[in-house]
Amino acid sequence: MATKSLKAKGNELAVSNKQLEILNGGIFADGELPFFKDKIQEIGHFPLRPSKLEILQINVGYMCNQVCEHCHVDAGPDRKEIMTRETMLQCLEVIKNTGAHTLDLTGGAPEMNPDFRWFVEEAAKAGIKDFIVRSNLTIIRANKKYYDLPEFFKKHNVHVISSMPHYTRGKTDKQRGDGVFDKSIKALQELNAVGYGMPNSSLRLDLVYNPSGAYLPGDQMALEADFKKALKEDFDIEFHNLFAITNLPIARFLDYLIASENYEDYMYALVEAYNPAAVANVMCTNTISISWDGWLYDCDFNQMLDLKVASKVKHIKDYNEELLNDRNIIISQHCYGCTAGAGSSCQGTVA
Amino acid sequence: MANSYYDPKDLRKFGRITEWSEELGTKFFDYYGKVFEEGALSSREKSLIALAVAHVVKCPYCIDAYTKDGLQKGITKEEMMESVHVGAAIESGATLVHGVQMMNKYEKLSM
Repeated sequence: MATKSLKAKGNELAVSNKQLEILNGGIFADGELPFFKDKIQEIGHFPLRPSKLEILQINVGYMCNQVCEHCHVDAGPDRKEIMTRETMLQCLEVIKNTGAHTLDLTGGAPEMNPDFRWFVEEAAKAGIKDFIVRSNLTIIRANKKYYDLPEFFKKHNVHVISSMPHYTRGKTDKQRGDGVFDKSIKALQELNAVGYGMPNSSLRLDLVYNPSGAYLPGDQMALEADFKKALKEDFDIEFHNLFAITNLPIARFLDYLIASENYEDYMYALVEAYNPAAVANVMCTNTISISWDGWLYDCDFNQMLDLKVASKVKHIKDYNEELLNDRNIIISQHCYGCTAGAGSSCQGTVA
Repeated sequence: MANSYYDPKDLRKFGRITEWSEELGTKFFDYYGKVFEEGALSSREKSLIALAVAHVVKCPYCIDAYTKDGLQKGITKEEMMESVHVGAAIESGATLVHGVQMMNKYEKLSM
């Protein structure tokens, strides 16, 4: 189990250029595997272009109480990148005027941003249809000051999406750290207690599953059925949907793939599972990702690779939805992660 | 030509058997795909059966493939190991049940 971010360890993969060098080199540069660009060109999707903007995803900071093995953000307690209130005010201006129907707050642990509650209260006033907070669950049990988060989420009708790698303790703790499973179970029970995730409840509670290793997620519906059965039988926990998300070869997951000598096999598996039908709906076509310091990206993964949008508008202070939507999406070989099998996005499968 | 009989990378090339016999290769892969679809048995159950059989036929490619398939389906390591024991129990049982033949022959030949 990791205790420090790659950045704090001075790992060369903390530098996005080094990651891109790996993703663009090796088996791809040798011609052993095709470039993502060539695959989407075959079906007339290059350059990849946005469709209608539906989701504004705001990363309010990379600080987190956990140091998960697979984290593409390389988040952790030692990360100090936190969105300021000034940038939040710029985001609120955008939220009030956007055509997007979904606002998605992520991190790190977004709740650790000192202005998180203020920001949620203000953003909720804009009346966006679906207001998501991606909570890692353990934060709710990390410190007394977070114990009332379920009530706070309920008050602002926040849609909670939480990570849960498996319904067994061993697998969960291996990926996310000792004790994470028990804390997550307790947090889920508390969310249930205020009405989250209950059948027919309008308080949405969805779970995110991502594999604890160098393999792709299985069928989302089958996994959802397994999770529902096990969590209900063992812990009397209810939730709405399970989103199966593919790990993308970025940051700590890339470091793990290389260190465990799984990188080539994993890239082969992604390319082999390439599904042309998933391309039209990849999340970068309907999402704008905003970083803690206000820069704009095609998705959270491009944010971590520091690939800013290919548009005149690159920062939230200059935000212009029409101009932004007229751009080419930046791609590399990590994009195969979103087109494998039934496809993958922050909202689960796409094909 | 590799100087060992098994190379994990060869599993990636499995599909290439079709190149030297397109009709039979295609029929095989169509059949294979159909067998593992959800049916009267769930694809999860089929994956565990495949894992047990993979051990019994001692196919390293199949063991790699169905361990990974099991992980993808959320199958636990305890379930995987029990399925291997099912295979082993049938295999040892198949050996031991021949003990009856030995006993029969022994009795027949002995005064």
